[in-house]
Amino acid sequence: MQIGTAKHSYQADEALLTTRPQRVWMALFAASLCIAPFVLDNYWLYLACLVAINVASATGLNILTGYTGLVSLGQAAFMAVGAYTVGWMQLNLGTPFLLNLVAGGIIAAAVGIVVGIPSLRVKGLYLAIATIAASFILHFIFVNWQSVTNGNSGLTLTPASFFGTPLTEYQQLYFVFVPITALMVLGAANLFRTRVGRAFIAIRDRDISAEVLGISLLRYKLMSFAISSFYAGVAGGMWAYFFRVVTPESFPFVYSIFFLAAIIVGGMGTILGGILGAVFMTLVPELLRFGIDWLTPVLPNAAAMLSPVRTIVFGLLIVGFLIFEPKGLAEIVQRSRRYFHLWPFKK
Amino acid sequence: MSDLLFFFEVTLAGLGSGALLSLTALAFVLIYKATRVINLAVGELLMLGGYLFFAFAAGLGLPAWAAIPLAIAGGGLVGAVVERGLIRPMLGESPIAVFMVTIGLGSILVGLVELVWGTDPRALPAFMGNAPIFIGEAYVSRKIAIAFAVAAVVIAVFLVLFRYWRGGVALRATATDQAAAYSCGINVPGVFSLAWVIGCGTAAGAGVLLGSIGGISPSMGVFGLSALVVVIVGGLDSVAGALVGGLVIGLIEAWAGTYLGGEYKLVTTFGLLLVALMIRPYGLFGTTEIERL
Repeated sequence: MQIGTAKHSYQADEALLTTRPQRVWMALFAASLCIAPFVLDNYWLYLACLVAINVASATGLNILTGYTGLVSLGQAAFMAVGAYTVGWMQLNLGTPFLLNLVAGGIIAAAVGIVVGIPSLRVKGLYLAIATIAASFILHFIFVNWQSVTNGNSGLTLTPASFFGTPLTEYQQLYFVFVPITALMVLGAANLFRTRVGRAFIAIRDRDISAEVLGISLLRYKLMSFAISSFYAGVAGGMWAYFFRVVTPESFPFVYSIFFLAAIIVGGMGTILGGILGAVFMTLVPELLRFGIDWLTPVLPNAAAMLSPVRTIVFGLLIVGFLIFEPKGLAEIVQRSRRYFHLWPFKK
Repeated sequence: MSDLLFFFEVTLAGLGSGALLSLTALAFVLIYKATRVINLAVGELLMLGGYLFFAFAAGLGLPAWAAIPLAIAGGGLVGAVVERGLIRPMLGESPIAVFMVTIGLGSILVGLVELVWGTDPRALPAFMGNAPIFIGEAYVSRKIAIAFAVAAVVIAVFLVLFRYWRGGVALRATATDQAAAYSCGINVPGVFSLAWVIGCGTAAGAGVLLGSIGGISPSMGVFGLSALVVVIVGGLDSVAGALVGGLVIGLIEAWAGTYLGGEYKLVTTFGLLLVALMIRPYGLFGTTEIERL
């Protein structure tokens, strides 16, 4: 945090990036995102697309949980709603894929509002449990609404097409997913400089005080649910175009826990945290795979250990971050920024 | 007439599984009452109890009368370690953070069990016998009847302990008012540990019962979700709520599973949960939390 930075223009006051190093780093990051698809091989591009999808959804959950303080364990179910909407529209209407993604987001937002209704009556853990219930009920609907979801066998999508070119390569999908995700993250970052975003933060900090200040809890809580599930719906739509098969098992309950874990590990209530957490939690299982591959000559049945070890590490990361670094990776970044800000002098 | 008999049998089976739900819910309630922690890992502790019994009875070849107490003690030991290692440092943090710690703990336990015993479901060594029991003309599976009886006895013992035993009174005192309990000389951190040890031991015992009925697998922790519904419907801090809620949910699950189809079981339970949350957010018997600024 810099002090003594008097701002001389509204433009400077509204800027998202306030210091020159920030701008330089962001430019470097944007440039590397543009170059990446030409440098990386197919496997890493696959991971990059997956990361983009998870970042979009985690940012959505961060708006709801990190900024509004409403804990939700239904993010994967909202993603599933988006994915099914996109799949159904792609197969039955054949509309352009960008329209489908937006529609997926809107339907998910509508479902999100319905699921959010208990938040007016209960909060905290009770709400988390209500969202668990909602996600199991949604799962039931996906399995049994045969005419739309095709039951357990699910939907198999045709590839999205962009001006007649089918998007099948990871490289092509990368160029679609990363800009969408970047746009959504930018939107989230800007949201908290507006009236709505400030209202969310006020509700998180003390909902009764917020209500006394004239913030309508009904409106803003449901709005938060709607925005968050919109993000999840779009992310689920991208997921559908990425894997091109949507079944009820594509979005298990563990996936919801994954997103909550991602924003905890990244840092709740910061945009940077949502991004870092989603990247970290997506890449750690892959790194574990490299570790296991490396161990295979020593331990013959190392490959069978991969799945349990991933489960254990997943749990350890949640527990470890909550106990030792409750503000997450974003706090580590801030700390190193502070350190280099004064470097070579000690704090 | 046979329809009525069939209904009666389904009801009895529902009461049997309801008793197991009550027992698991009791583990939830115990820990919540004393420490205000919602322990979502109860389902996984249950699973661990089943596997510990499996290890002692099938792996080491111990007889059931030795393996069951060992499994329960093992569960209690895990509870003690968890309380000291994970929950104690989180005291005073937001309830959501502690809740997530228990979710992480559940994940660790599942991973460990998969690592040690593999992912395949297994059957526990039989120790209850198979001869069915008849109540009038109605058939009841022997295992379910025994599970019901055991759960009933355990719950009755708990009720007596809460009422008369010093530790039980200390636990109730801590639940009512921590500061007052401290000033009366009650060792509050000790009560926390005690609640975790007893709660996790109870869960492990319920796991042995559940595993002997349906076999054990790393994913049997899902049973914990049903128990979670029970405590929410009954009230998080109410022992009576756990009892009544468990029996009610067990009955409804059995009826829904039989008359609507197996896939309706979970959805009915969770639908009921949503209705209960909307009508009585703090459960049938729970205490309403009053918020002040």
